Amino acid sequence: MNSSNKSREAILATANGVRWELGEELHDSLIESIYRDAANIAGKVVTKVGEKPRFDWDRTLDRLLTSRWTGLPIMLLLLTLVFWITIAGANVPSSMLAALLLDTIHPALKNFGAAIAMPWWLSGFLFDGVYLAMAWVVSVMLPPMAIFFPLFTLLEDFGYLPRVAFNLDHLFRKAGAHGKQALTMVMGYGCNAAGVVAARVIDSPRERLIAIITNNFSLCNGRWPTQILIATLFIGSLAPAGLAGLLSAGAVVAVALFGVFLMFATSWFLSRTLLKGEASSFSLELPPYRPPRILRTLYTSVIDRTLIVLWRAVMWAAPAGAVIWLLSNIKIADVSLAEHIINFFNPFGLFIGLNGVILLAYIIAIPANEIVIPTVLMLTVLSAKLAGFGAGAGVMFELDDLESYLKVFEAGGWTLLTAVNLMLFSLVHNPCSTTIYTIYKETGSAKWTAVSAFLPIVMGLALCFLVAQVWRVVM
Amino acid sequence: MSNKTQITSSCATCPAHHVANLKKLGVNMDSWDYVVALAGNPNTGKSTVFNALTGLRQHTGNWPGKTVTRAEGGFSYNGKRYKLVDLPGTYSLLSTSVDEEVARNFILFGRPDVTVIVVDATRLERNLNLVLQVLEITDRAVVCLNLMDEARRHRLQIDDRLLSKELGVPVVPTSARQGEGIPDLLRAISDVATGVYICRPHRIESGSKKLKQAINQLVAKIEAEYPGLTNARWVALRLLEGDPQIIDAVRSGELGSLNETTEPTNGELMIENWKMEKRKSKIED
Repeated sequence: MNSSNKSREAILATANGVRWELGEELHDSLIESIYRDAANIAGKVVTKVGEKPRFDWDRTLDRLLTSRWTGLPIMLLLLTLVFWITIAGANVPSSMLAALLLDTIHPALKNFGAAIAMPWWLSGFLFDGVYLAMAWVVSVMLPPMAIFFPLFTLLEDFGYLPRVAFNLDHLFRKAGAHGKQALTMVMGYGCNAAGVVAARVIDSPRERLIAIITNNFSLCNGRWPTQILIATLFIGSLAPAGLAGLLSAGAVVAVALFGVFLMFATSWFLSRTLLKGEASSFSLELPPYRPPRILRTLYTSVIDRTLIVLWRAVMWAAPAGAVIWLLSNIKIADVSLAEHIINFFNPFGLFIGLNGVILLAYIIAIPANEIVIPTVLMLTVLSAKLAGFGAGAGVMFELDDLESYLKVFEAGGWTLLTAVNLMLFSLVHNPCSTTIYTIYKETGSAKWTAVSAFLPIVMGLALCFLVAQVWRVVM
Repeated sequence: MSNKTQITSSCATCPAHHVANLKKLGVNMDSWDYVVALAGNPNTGKSTVFNALTGLRQHTGNWPGKTVTRAEGGFSYNGKRYKLVDLPGTYSLLSTSVDEEVARNFILFGRPDVTVIVVDATRLERNLNLVLQVLEITDRAVVCLNLMDEARRHRLQIDDRLLSKELGVPVVPTSARQGEGIPDLLRAISDVATGVYICRPHRIESGSKKLKQAINQLVAKIEAEYPGLTNARWVALRLLEGDPQIIDAVRSGELGSLNETTEPTNGELMIENWKMEKRKSKIED
């Protein structure tokens, strides 16, 4: 052992001795000889045949897609188009699934429970709580994901994503973050957990942490429905009928853009305080455009992405549904636990321009943002004692027309301020538990997981408070 | 009728027929006969080749740096079981990024039986830089000349036989997205793994007389200490450059041991790196 140690050290000593004689250019000359050999070989084996094609597609496309003037507008347009197709296309399958899972299977399950003389609390807990929450998540989440993920994967397969990173690089750099954060941001529009995992493309841990912490400002699939519904109900109704659609779509896009702004601002703040450092440079190869393989993309994005994300959401929705049902049905002094909590949160909620129902809904909906709206509706009905809506205490439901939504909200004391603040709070609050767990797995650090969870919630509450104060002064 | 029989039988004798003997094993790997590493520049289709061989559906996408974890899968071919490891894409094995370190360490310490270097046929010159560096470390490699469909689109003609002669390892033209050339790639991998094909890899001409002398002197000592080491010349060059990781490997004897390095999980790795980065920036302050 000792002798082998000696001979090993002798090798190192020899190397050290000679290193000084060889001088500093050794590394460079080695690299030069690699490049020379590579160029020699390539020159021998590659020949260009035929005349040059008259029109170079890749060049022309890149001029448009990465130009200083047209790059960003085209990007916004493309993303709007993807979201529009997702939103518009998801409606029909969503209501079909809802009809099947909520209107057909749910009553059938209830009847089955009655037929085998199941106690009311067991059938309520299982079918009104656990089953309904899962069914809601499936019918609301599955169609948009099944449309969004394939569209997004097609863009990815085509080679567009590196161009997005290229376009946004200088903005992220100014914020002290990594240009590739643009890629994780876009992934976050599908699912924040996926965005957090995608942050692995960033080498520097400092910039990766920034990307992970701020990914939450990408509105995820679970939050789009909330944004769209509230914008349609409260903001769209401010405009004359012809313009209502445009105004509400504009409001949603504005919230999404505000999210991008917050992502830059938070990255800037973090890179100057907790995560100090310079933005590292990186080289990003713009790959050639390739015709996407449509069938393969459809297959992999539906099977591998959509179903995996959906499965996770369903797993979280089940216990949440159970909690909602329990809160609404356990009574203390003849008042349900849910109402006690709502009354407790109400003063603070109203103070910051929200209300107790929304705050409780966000606590219950930590597992999945998708269940915020049904929870809000259910709790509003419960606390406003609105007759004629819903199917009983603790039953999540979906209303069929917008008019009835509005009635429920008005009965719950909602104003335009509540709506605006709900949209903002939906953008800026803690990530869902799946994402939090993913952050923990990716960083392996409880501290940074806590920062990712609490930073946005503090920001969200502060933001709502600010808006409420200004609103009350101005309006 | 007789004509038809003839065709079937000639297919059966054709070496490409062996693709029928390919069994995609996915992740079901309990034991294997050979380890195959997949290296290459970013965005050359490594993951697509990986999927074609293992039947797995590792996510593929047209952007560099997409493979963020070391993916492993398996296949069995001609009765032998192969473990396939998809390494992160790198432009070189020289500098110090995490990706390059993972790729280099695997080829160096993991000692794959075959290293498949996937190259982009439309950007051959730049891709060859990595090929030449890999060939310095290992002498059992196969070059997978991928994206041939695009090379045709760009009207590039590549003499793969001459390239194979120049590099001293098998070169297989493929279009993995379409599944073209995969049978030939399998045969080449198996030939190199089983020793049917003996590689005589291209080695880079090393400059001055003084350098050659220094290398020879070191190689002799290294080979005496680590008999059977196939890349003593490469180790000598790294030592001359003062590569701290290789110095450590020589000192600890890790260079000689066949143990595969155990890798920390992503979370641990990240926080370790984060601490290192912070320490570094403190020192710089």
